Amino acid sequence: MRHLMSPLDFSVEELDRLMDLAVDIEANPARYAHACEGKKLVTLFYEPSTRTRLSHEAAMLNLGGSVLGFSSAESSSAAKGESVSDTIRTVSCYADICAMRHPKEGAPMVACQHSSIPVINAGDGGHQHPTQTLTDLLTIRNLKGRLSDMTIGLCGDLKFGRTVHSLIHALVRYTGIRFILISPEELRLPGYIRSDVLDKGNVPYKEVVRLEDALPKLDLLYMTRVQKERFFNEEDYVRMKDFYILDSKKMERAPKDMYVLHPLPRVNEISVEVDTDPRAAYFKQTKYGVYIRMALILTLLNIEV
Amino acid sequence: MIKNTLNVGRIEEGFVLDHIQAGRSMDIYKYLHLDKLDCCVAIIKNAKSSKMGKKDIMKIECPIDFIDLDVLGFIDHNITINLIKDSKIVAKKCLHLPKEITNIIRCKNPRCITSIEQGLDHVFVLTDPDKEVYRCKYCEEKYHGNLNHIFFALFFNWYFTLL
Repeated sequence: MRHLMSPLDFSVEELDRLMDLAVDIEANPARYAHACEGKKLVTLFYEPSTRTRLSHEAAMLNLGGSVLGFSSAESSSAAKGESVSDTIRTVSCYADICAMRHPKEGAPMVACQHSSIPVINAGDGGHQHPTQTLTDLLTIRNLKGRLSDMTIGLCGDLKFGRTVHSLIHALVRYTGIRFILISPEELRLPGYIRSDVLDKGNVPYKEVVRLEDALPKLDLLYMTRVQKERFFNEEDYVRMKDFYILDSKKMERAPKDMYVLHPLPRVNEISVEVDTDPRAAYFKQTKYGVYIRMALILTLLNIEV
Repeated sequence: MIKNTLNVGRIEEGFVLDHIQAGRSMDIYKYLHLDKLDCCVAIIKNAKSSKMGKKDIMKIECPIDFIDLDVLGFIDHNITINLIKDSKIVAKKCLHLPKEITNIIRCKNPRCITSIEQGLDHVFVLTDPDKEVYRCKYCEEKYHGNLNHIFFALFFNWYFTLL
Protein backbone atom coordinates (compact mmCIF):
# COMPACT_ATOMS: atom_id res chain seq x y z
CA MET A 1 0.00 0.00 0.00
CA ARG A 2 1.26 3.42 -0.93
CA HIS A 3 0.71 6.85 0.64
CA LEU A 4 1.59 10.36 -0.50
CA MET A 5 3.41 12.34 2.16
CA SER A 6 5.83 14.34 0.05
CA PRO A 7 6.13 15.02 -3.69
CA LEU A 8 9.46 13.21 -3.50
CA ASP A 9 7.62 9.98 -2.70
CA PHE A 10 7.33 9.62 -6.47
CA SER A 11 10.36 9.29 -8.71
CA VAL A 12 10.64 11.60 -11.72
CA GLU A 13 9.51 8.71 -13.94
CA GLU A 14 6.52 7.98 -11.72
CA LEU A 15 5.62 11.67 -11.75
CA ASP A 16 5.78 11.65 -15.54
CA ARG A 17 3.39 8.69 -15.63
CA LEU A 18 1.08 10.43 -13.18
CA MET A 19 1.04 13.60 -15.27
CA ASP A 20 0.51 11.60 -18.47
CA LEU A 21 -2.49 9.98 -16.80
CA ALA A 22 -3.84 13.39 -15.76
CA VAL A 23 -3.50 14.63 -19.34
CA ASP A 24 -5.36 11.57 -20.59
CA ILE A 25 -8.10 12.09 -18.00
CA GLU A 26 -8.53 15.68 -19.19
CA ALA A 27 -8.73 14.53 -22.82
CA ASN A 28 -11.05 11.56 -22.16
CA PRO A 29 -13.12 12.25 -19.03
CA ALA A 30 -15.86 9.81 -19.97
CA ARG A 31 -13.41 6.94 -19.99
CA TYR A 32 -12.69 7.49 -16.30
CA ALA A 33 -16.18 8.46 -15.14
CA HIS A 34 -16.87 5.11 -13.47
CA ALA A 35 -13.35 4.06 -12.56
CA CYS A 36 -13.93 4.41 -8.81
CA GLU A 37 -17.51 3.24 -8.59
CA GLY A 38 -18.13 1.75 -5.16
CA LYS A 39 -15.05 3.43 -3.70
CA LYS A 40 -15.13 6.09 -1.00
CA LEU A 41 -12.79 8.97 -0.26
CA VAL A 42 -12.74 10.32 3.29
CA THR A 43 -11.55 13.90 3.69
CA LEU A 44 -10.23 14.66 7.17
CA PHE A 45 -9.72 18.42 7.20
CA TYR A 46 -8.72 19.73 10.61
CA GLU A 47 -8.35 23.28 9.30
CA PRO A 48 -10.28 25.34 6.74
CA SER A 49 -9.73 24.80 3.05
CA THR A 50 -11.73 25.48 -0.07
CA ARG A 51 -9.70 24.32 -3.02
CA THR A 52 -7.83 21.38 -1.59
CA ARG A 53 -10.81 19.68 0.02
CA LEU A 54 -13.22 20.38 -2.83
CA SER A 55 -10.71 19.39 -5.49
CA HIS A 56 -10.11 16.04 -3.79
CA GLU A 57 -13.85 15.53 -3.50
CA ALA A 58 -14.45 16.65 -7.10
CA ALA A 59 -11.71 14.28 -8.25
CA MET A 60 -13.36 11.30 -6.53
CA LEU A 61 -16.83 12.27 -7.75
CA ASN A 62 -15.51 12.64 -11.31
CA LEU A 63 -14.23 9.08 -11.03
CA GLY A 64 -17.66 7.82 -10.01
CA GLY A 65 -16.76 7.33 -6.35
CA SER A 66 -18.31 8.93 -3.29
CA VAL A 67 -17.01 11.12 -0.50
CA LEU A 68 -17.45 11.61 3.24
CA GLY A 69 -15.54 13.49 5.90
CA PHE A 70 -15.34 16.64 7.97
CA SER A 71 -14.08 20.13 7.20
CA SER A 72 -12.94 21.41 10.58
CA ALA A 73 -11.50 20.01 13.78
CA GLU A 74 -14.50 21.37 15.69
CA SER A 75 -16.86 19.12 13.78
CA SER A 76 -14.82 15.98 14.50
CA SER A 77 -13.85 13.95 17.52
CA ALA A 78 -10.58 15.89 17.57
CA ALA A 79 -12.58 18.48 19.52
CA LYS A 80 -13.04 15.79 22.19
CA GLY A 81 -9.33 15.11 22.20
CA GLU A 82 -9.18 12.10 19.91
CA SER A 83 -5.71 11.37 18.56
CA VAL A 84 -4.86 11.29 14.88
CA SER A 85 -3.93 7.62 15.13
CA ASP A 86 -7.32 6.68 16.60
CA THR A 87 -9.18 8.75 14.02
CA ILE A 88 -7.42 7.13 11.07
CA ARG A 89 -7.94 3.64 12.48
CA THR A 90 -11.63 4.44 12.68
CA VAL A 91 -12.07 5.96 9.23
CA SER A 92 -10.03 3.15 7.68
CA CYS A 93 -13.13 1.07 8.41
CA TYR A 94 -15.37 3.45 6.48
CA ALA A 95 -13.48 4.41 3.33
CA ASP A 96 -10.98 3.23 0.71
CA ILE A 97 -8.67 6.24 0.63
CA CYS A 98 -8.10 9.29 2.82
CA ALA A 99 -7.03 12.89 2.24
CA MET A 100 -5.89 14.65 5.41
CA ARG A 101 -5.15 18.26 6.17
CA HIS A 102 -3.90 19.10 9.64
CA PRO A 103 -2.38 22.23 11.21
CA LYS A 104 0.28 20.13 12.94
CA GLU A 105 3.29 19.19 10.86
CA GLY A 106 3.71 15.46 10.39
CA ALA A 107 0.11 14.56 11.30
CA PRO A 108 -0.49 12.73 7.99
CA MET A 109 2.72 10.78 8.61
CA VAL A 110 1.30 9.62 11.93
CA ALA A 111 -1.92 8.71 10.13
CA CYS A 112 -0.18 6.60 7.50
CA GLN A 113 1.63 4.63 10.20
CA HIS A 114 -1.72 3.46 11.57
CA SER A 115 -3.82 3.37 8.44
CA SER A 116 -5.03 0.40 6.47
CA ILE A 117 -5.98 2.65 3.52
CA PRO A 118 -3.81 5.00 1.41
CA VAL A 119 -3.36 8.42 3.00
CA ILE A 120 -2.83 11.59 0.97
CA ASN A 121 -1.18 14.49 2.77
CA ALA A 122 -3.40 17.42 1.84
CA GLY A 123 -1.26 19.91 3.76
CA ASP A 124 0.34 19.72 7.20
CA GLY A 125 1.04 23.10 8.78
CA GLY A 126 3.95 24.86 7.14
CA HIS A 127 5.56 21.58 6.19
CA GLN A 128 4.35 19.84 3.01
CA HIS A 129 1.55 20.18 0.51
CA PRO A 130 2.38 17.50 -2.05
CA THR A 131 -0.85 17.53 -4.07
CA GLN A 132 -0.37 21.26 -4.65
CA THR A 133 3.13 20.49 -5.91
CA LEU A 134 1.78 17.83 -8.24
CA THR A 135 -0.71 20.43 -9.47
CA ASP A 136 2.05 22.99 -9.97
CA LEU A 137 4.22 20.55 -11.88
CA LEU A 138 1.37 19.53 -14.19
CA THR A 139 0.49 23.19 -14.77
CA ILE A 140 4.07 24.11 -15.63
CA ARG A 141 4.49 21.09 -17.90
CA ASN A 142 1.22 21.76 -19.71
CA LEU A 143 1.85 25.49 -20.17
CA LYS A 144 5.57 25.50 -20.88
CA GLY A 145 5.86 22.03 -22.43
CA ARG A 146 8.73 21.12 -20.12
CA LEU A 147 9.90 21.00 -16.52
CA SER A 148 13.53 21.78 -17.22
CA ASP A 149 15.65 24.73 -18.36
CA MET A 150 13.72 27.53 -16.74
CA THR A 151 14.20 30.53 -14.50
CA ILE A 152 11.48 30.45 -11.90
CA GLY A 153 10.63 33.35 -9.65
CA LEU A 154 9.21 32.44 -6.24
CA CYS A 155 7.66 35.48 -4.64
CA GLY A 156 6.15 36.33 -1.25
CA ASP A 157 6.24 34.26 1.89
CA LEU A 158 9.12 31.92 1.22
CA LYS A 159 9.65 31.24 4.91
CA PHE A 160 6.36 29.64 5.88
CA GLY A 161 5.07 28.91 2.36
CA ARG A 162 4.94 25.14 2.26
CA THR A 163 3.92 25.13 -1.41
CA VAL A 164 7.17 26.90 -2.25
CA HIS A 165 9.26 24.47 -0.20
CA SER A 166 7.65 21.45 -1.80
CA LEU A 167 7.94 22.94 -5.29
CA ILE A 168 11.65 23.63 -4.86
CA HIS A 169 12.26 20.05 -3.71
CA ALA A 170 10.38 18.75 -6.73
CA LEU A 171 11.88 21.05 -9.36
CA VAL A 172 15.54 20.60 -8.45
CA ARG A 173 15.27 17.07 -9.79
CA TYR A 174 15.03 18.51 -13.31
CA THR A 175 17.97 19.93 -15.25
CA GLY A 176 18.62 23.60 -15.96
CA ILE A 177 16.38 24.98 -13.21
CA ARG A 178 17.30 28.40 -11.79
CA PHE A 179 15.46 30.23 -9.04
CA ILE A 180 15.04 33.89 -8.21
CA LEU A 181 13.80 34.05 -4.63
CA ILE A 182 11.81 37.24 -4.14
CA SER A 183 10.86 38.01 -0.57
CA PRO A 184 11.20 40.55 2.22
CA GLU A 185 14.13 39.90 4.53
CA GLU A 186 11.85 38.51 7.25
CA LEU A 187 10.26 35.92 4.96
CA ARG A 188 13.35 34.57 3.20
CA LEU A 189 13.58 30.92 2.28
CA PRO A 190 14.73 28.95 5.35
CA GLY A 191 18.48 28.43 5.51
CA TYR A 192 18.20 24.65 5.56
CA ILE A 193 16.44 24.60 2.19
CA ARG A 194 19.04 26.93 0.72
CA SER A 195 21.93 24.84 2.05
CA ASP A 196 20.53 21.32 1.93
CA VAL A 197 18.64 21.57 -1.35
CA LEU A 198 19.89 24.44 -3.49
CA ASP A 199 23.55 24.68 -2.48
CA LYS A 200 23.96 20.93 -2.15
CA GLY A 201 22.45 20.35 -5.59
CA ASN A 202 24.41 23.23 -7.17
CA VAL A 203 21.14 24.82 -8.22
CA PRO A 204 21.70 28.46 -9.22
CA TYR A 205 19.59 30.94 -7.27
CA LYS A 206 19.50 34.59 -6.37
CA GLU A 207 17.71 36.28 -3.50
CA VAL A 208 16.16 39.67 -4.21
CA VAL A 209 13.67 41.93 -2.49
CA ARG A 210 12.24 43.87 -5.47
CA LEU A 211 9.80 41.98 -7.68
CA GLU A 212 10.13 44.58 -10.46
CA ASP A 213 13.83 43.81 -10.94
CA ALA A 214 13.29 40.08 -11.24
CA LEU A 215 10.32 40.08 -13.63
CA PRO A 216 12.17 40.55 -16.98
CA LYS A 217 14.35 37.51 -16.29
CA LEU A 218 11.61 35.01 -15.50
CA ASP A 219 10.06 32.14 -17.44
CA LEU A 220 7.56 31.63 -14.67
CA LEU A 221 6.42 33.57 -11.62
CA TYR A 222 5.03 31.70 -8.65
CA MET A 223 3.24 34.11 -6.30
CA THR A 224 2.29 33.20 -2.74
CA ARG A 225 0.09 34.69 -0.09
CA VAL A 226 1.46 35.88 3.21
CA GLN A 227 -0.42 33.48 5.46
CA LYS A 228 -1.93 35.03 8.54
CA GLU A 229 -2.31 31.64 10.23
CA ARG A 230 1.47 31.06 10.18
CA PHE A 231 2.26 34.17 12.25
CA PHE A 232 2.28 34.13 16.03
CA ASN A 233 2.27 37.91 16.02
CA GLU A 234 -0.50 39.97 14.36
CA GLU A 235 1.76 43.01 14.08
CA ASP A 236 4.30 41.13 11.96
CA TYR A 237 1.55 39.87 9.68
CA VAL A 238 0.11 43.34 9.08
CA ARG A 239 3.55 44.67 8.22
CA MET A 240 4.21 41.88 5.69
CA LYS A 241 0.85 41.19 4.08
CA ASP A 242 0.91 43.75 1.27
CA PHE A 243 4.63 43.73 0.63
CA TYR A 244 4.10 42.50 -2.94
CA ILE A 245 1.23 43.40 -5.23
CA LEU A 246 1.48 42.18 -8.81
CA ASP A 247 -0.49 44.52 -11.08
CA SER A 248 -0.79 45.20 -14.82
CA LYS A 249 1.94 47.81 -14.71
CA LYS A 250 4.44 45.36 -13.26
CA MET A 251 3.33 42.70 -15.74
CA GLU A 252 4.49 45.00 -18.55
CA ARG A 253 8.04 44.28 -17.43
CA ALA A 254 7.55 40.52 -17.71
CA PRO A 255 8.28 38.43 -20.83
CA LYS A 256 5.30 37.62 -23.06
CA ASP A 257 5.46 33.93 -22.20
CA MET A 258 5.99 34.32 -18.45
CA TYR A 259 3.06 32.58 -16.79
CA VAL A 260 1.88 33.57 -13.34
CA LEU A 261 0.97 30.77 -10.96
CA HIS A 262 -0.50 31.02 -7.48
CA PRO A 263 -1.65 28.19 -5.20
CA LEU A 264 -4.63 30.36 -4.15
CA PRO A 265 -6.40 31.72 -2.23
CA ARG A 266 -4.98 35.13 -3.00
CA VAL A 267 -5.61 38.23 -0.97
CA ASN A 268 -3.95 41.36 -2.35
CA GLU A 269 -0.76 39.97 -3.84
CA ILE A 270 -2.21 39.71 -7.36
CA SER A 271 -4.41 42.56 -8.41
CA VAL A 272 -7.69 41.39 -10.02
CA GLU A 273 -6.82 43.37 -13.16
CA VAL A 274 -4.11 40.75 -13.86
CA ASP A 275 -6.78 38.03 -14.13
CA THR A 276 -7.53 38.98 -17.75
CA ASP A 277 -3.87 38.86 -18.75
CA PRO A 278 -3.37 35.68 -20.85
CA ARG A 279 -0.32 34.93 -18.74
CA ALA A 280 -2.41 34.64 -15.58
CA ALA A 281 -2.56 30.85 -15.16
CA TYR A 282 -3.76 30.42 -11.58
CA PHE A 283 -7.31 29.41 -12.44
CA LYS A 284 -6.05 26.95 -15.04
CA GLN A 285 -3.81 25.65 -12.27
CA THR A 286 -6.92 25.02 -10.15
CA LYS A 287 -8.45 22.99 -12.98
CA TYR A 288 -5.30 20.92 -13.39
CA GLY A 289 -5.44 20.28 -9.66
CA VAL A 290 -8.53 18.15 -10.12
CA TYR A 291 -7.02 16.10 -12.95
CA ILE A 292 -3.82 15.36 -11.10
CA ARG A 293 -5.77 14.35 -7.98
CA MET A 294 -7.90 12.03 -10.11
CA ALA A 295 -4.70 10.49 -11.44
CA LEU A 296 -3.35 10.24 -7.90
CA ILE A 297 -6.44 8.51 -6.52
CA LEU A 298 -6.37 5.97 -9.35
CA THR A 299 -2.67 5.35 -8.81
CA LEU A 300 -2.88 4.93 -5.03
CA LEU A 301 -5.90 2.64 -5.38
CA ASN A 302 -4.09 0.65 -8.11
CA ILE A 303 -6.99 1.09 -10.51
CA GLU A 304 -6.14 0.80 -14.17
CA VAL A 305 -8.55 2.00 -16.82
CA MET B 1 60.35 -2.76 31.42
CA ILE B 2 61.22 -2.57 27.75
CA LYS B 3 62.64 0.76 26.66
CA ASN B 4 60.01 3.34 25.62
CA THR B 5 57.07 1.23 26.76
CA LEU B 6 54.87 1.55 29.80
CA ASN B 7 52.87 -1.39 31.07
CA VAL B 8 49.69 -0.94 33.05
CA GLY B 9 48.25 -4.11 34.49
CA ARG B 10 44.94 -5.68 33.60
CA ILE B 11 41.82 -4.84 35.57
CA GLU B 12 39.42 -7.43 36.92
CA GLU B 13 36.26 -5.45 36.51
CA GLY B 14 35.53 -1.96 35.28
CA PHE B 15 35.97 0.21 32.21
CA VAL B 16 38.69 1.02 29.76
CA LEU B 17 38.06 4.28 27.99
CA ASP B 18 40.05 4.42 24.79
CA HIS B 19 40.50 7.01 22.04
CA ILE B 20 40.15 9.92 24.41
CA GLN B 21 41.33 13.11 22.80
CA ALA B 22 44.88 13.73 24.09
CA GLY B 23 44.83 15.91 27.16
CA ARG B 24 41.16 15.34 28.03
CA SER B 25 41.59 12.45 30.45
CA MET B 26 41.93 14.72 33.47
CA ASP B 27 38.64 16.38 32.52
CA ILE B 28 37.05 12.95 32.51
CA TYR B 29 38.68 12.15 35.85
CA LYS B 30 37.15 15.31 37.24
CA TYR B 31 33.72 14.97 35.66
CA LEU B 32 33.39 11.35 36.75
CA HIS B 33 34.34 12.38 40.30
CA LEU B 34 36.95 9.63 40.36
CA ASP B 35 38.87 11.53 43.02
CA LYS B 36 36.03 10.79 45.42
CA LEU B 37 36.00 7.08 44.73
CA ASP B 38 38.18 4.54 46.41
CA CYS B 39 39.06 2.70 43.25
CA CYS B 40 42.12 2.08 41.16
CA VAL B 41 42.44 4.43 38.20
CA ALA B 42 45.19 4.46 35.59
CA ILE B 43 45.51 7.46 33.35
CA ILE B 44 47.71 7.19 30.32
CA LYS B 45 48.34 10.50 28.66
CA ASN B 46 49.64 11.11 25.17
CA ALA B 47 49.83 7.45 24.21
CA LYS B 48 50.82 6.79 20.62
CA SER B 49 47.86 6.20 18.34
CA SER B 50 47.93 5.32 14.65
CA LYS B 51 44.45 6.74 14.26
CA MET B 52 44.74 9.88 16.36
CA GLY B 53 48.48 10.57 16.53
CA LYS B 54 48.27 10.63 20.30
CA LYS B 55 45.47 9.84 22.66
CA ASP B 56 44.61 9.37 26.30
CA ILE B 57 43.47 6.06 27.80
CA MET B 58 41.86 5.47 31.19
CA LYS B 59 41.44 2.25 33.11
CA ILE B 60 38.99 2.33 35.95
CA GLU B 61 38.76 -0.64 38.26
CA CYS B 62 35.36 -0.75 39.89
CA PRO B 63 32.07 -2.63 39.73
CA ILE B 64 30.52 -1.80 36.37
CA ASP B 65 27.48 -0.26 37.98
CA PHE B 66 29.56 1.78 40.39
CA ILE B 67 30.16 5.01 38.58
CA ASP B 68 28.11 7.35 36.50
CA LEU B 69 29.56 7.58 33.01
CA ASP B 70 26.82 9.78 31.60
CA VAL B 71 29.05 12.80 31.39
CA LEU B 72 31.35 11.13 28.86
CA GLY B 73 29.24 12.04 25.90
CA PHE B 74 29.49 15.72 26.74
CA ILE B 75 33.25 15.55 26.69
CA ASP B 76 34.08 13.51 23.63
CA HIS B 77 31.77 11.26 21.70
CA ASN B 78 34.67 9.59 19.89
CA ILE B 79 35.64 7.71 23.04
CA THR B 80 35.52 3.91 22.80
CA ILE B 81 34.14 2.25 25.89
CA ASN B 82 35.35 -1.22 26.82
CA LEU B 83 33.42 -2.99 29.52
CA ILE B 84 35.62 -5.39 31.50
CA LYS B 85 34.55 -8.38 33.57
CA ASP B 86 36.79 -11.20 34.79
CA SER B 87 39.71 -9.38 33.15
CA LYS B 88 38.09 -9.74 29.74
CA ILE B 89 36.42 -7.26 27.45
CA VAL B 90 32.80 -8.33 27.55
CA ALA B 91 31.56 -5.44 25.43
CA LYS B 92 33.10 -2.75 23.30
CA LYS B 93 31.24 0.28 22.19
CA CYS B 94 32.07 2.90 19.60
CA LEU B 95 29.58 5.72 19.65
CA HIS B 96 28.69 5.98 15.98
CA LEU B 97 25.94 8.28 14.81
CA PRO B 98 22.82 6.13 14.57
CA LYS B 99 20.56 6.52 11.53
CA GLU B 100 17.48 6.94 13.67
CA ILE B 101 16.93 7.67 17.33
CA THR B 102 13.73 7.23 19.25
CA ASN B 103 12.71 9.02 22.44
CA ILE B 104 16.22 10.27 23.16
CA ILE B 105 15.62 13.90 22.26
CA ARG B 106 12.34 15.75 21.86
CA CYS B 107 11.09 17.86 18.98
CA LYS B 108 10.77 21.45 20.11
CA ASN B 109 8.76 22.68 17.11
CA PRO B 110 5.42 23.82 18.55
CA ARG B 111 3.80 23.13 15.17
CA CYS B 112 4.90 19.47 15.17
CA ILE B 113 2.35 16.70 15.69
CA THR B 114 4.57 15.32 18.47
CA SER B 115 3.50 18.32 20.57
CA ILE B 116 -0.09 17.03 20.82
CA GLU B 117 -0.34 13.38 19.81
CA GLN B 118 -0.36 11.22 22.92
CA GLY B 119 1.98 8.27 23.04
CA LEU B 120 3.78 9.29 19.86
CA ASP B 121 7.47 8.44 19.83
CA HIS B 122 9.89 11.31 19.25
CA VAL B 123 11.88 10.01 16.30
CA PHE B 124 14.85 11.83 14.79
CA VAL B 125 16.51 10.78 11.57
CA LEU B 126 20.15 11.42 10.63
CA THR B 127 19.75 13.43 7.40
CA ASP B 128 23.32 14.66 6.98
CA PRO B 129 26.02 12.44 8.51
CA ASP B 130 28.81 14.85 7.48
CA LYS B 131 27.28 17.78 9.34
CA GLU B 132 25.75 15.51 12.02
CA VAL B 133 22.25 16.83 11.34
CA TYR B 134 19.24 15.14 12.86
CA ARG B 135 15.70 16.08 11.81
CA CYS B 136 12.36 15.19 13.32
CA LYS B 137 10.80 12.36 11.33
CA TYR B 138 7.44 14.13 11.34
CA CYS B 139 8.05 17.85 10.82
CA GLU B 140 11.70 17.69 9.63
CA GLU B 141 12.73 20.35 12.14
CA LYS B 142 16.47 20.29 12.75
CA TYR B 143 17.69 19.35 16.21
CA HIS B 144 19.67 22.31 17.52
CA GLY B 145 20.81 20.90 20.85
CA ASN B 146 24.07 19.33 21.91
CA LEU B 147 24.59 16.11 19.98
CA ASN B 148 26.56 14.72 22.88
CA HIS B 149 23.24 14.29 24.65
CA ILE B 150 22.45 11.72 22.00
CA PHE B 151 25.64 9.79 22.55
CA PHE B 152 25.22 9.86 26.26
CA ALA B 153 21.67 8.61 26.08
CA LEU B 154 22.54 5.97 23.52
CA PHE B 155 25.40 4.72 25.63
CA PHE B 156 23.14 4.34 28.59
CA ASN B 157 20.47 2.58 26.58
CA TRP B 158 23.15 0.10 25.59
CA TYR B 159 24.73 0.00 29.03
CA PHE B 160 21.55 -0.82 30.87
CA THR B 161 20.71 -3.63 28.47
CA LEU B 162 23.91 -5.31 29.63
CA LEU B 163 23.06 -5.18 33.29
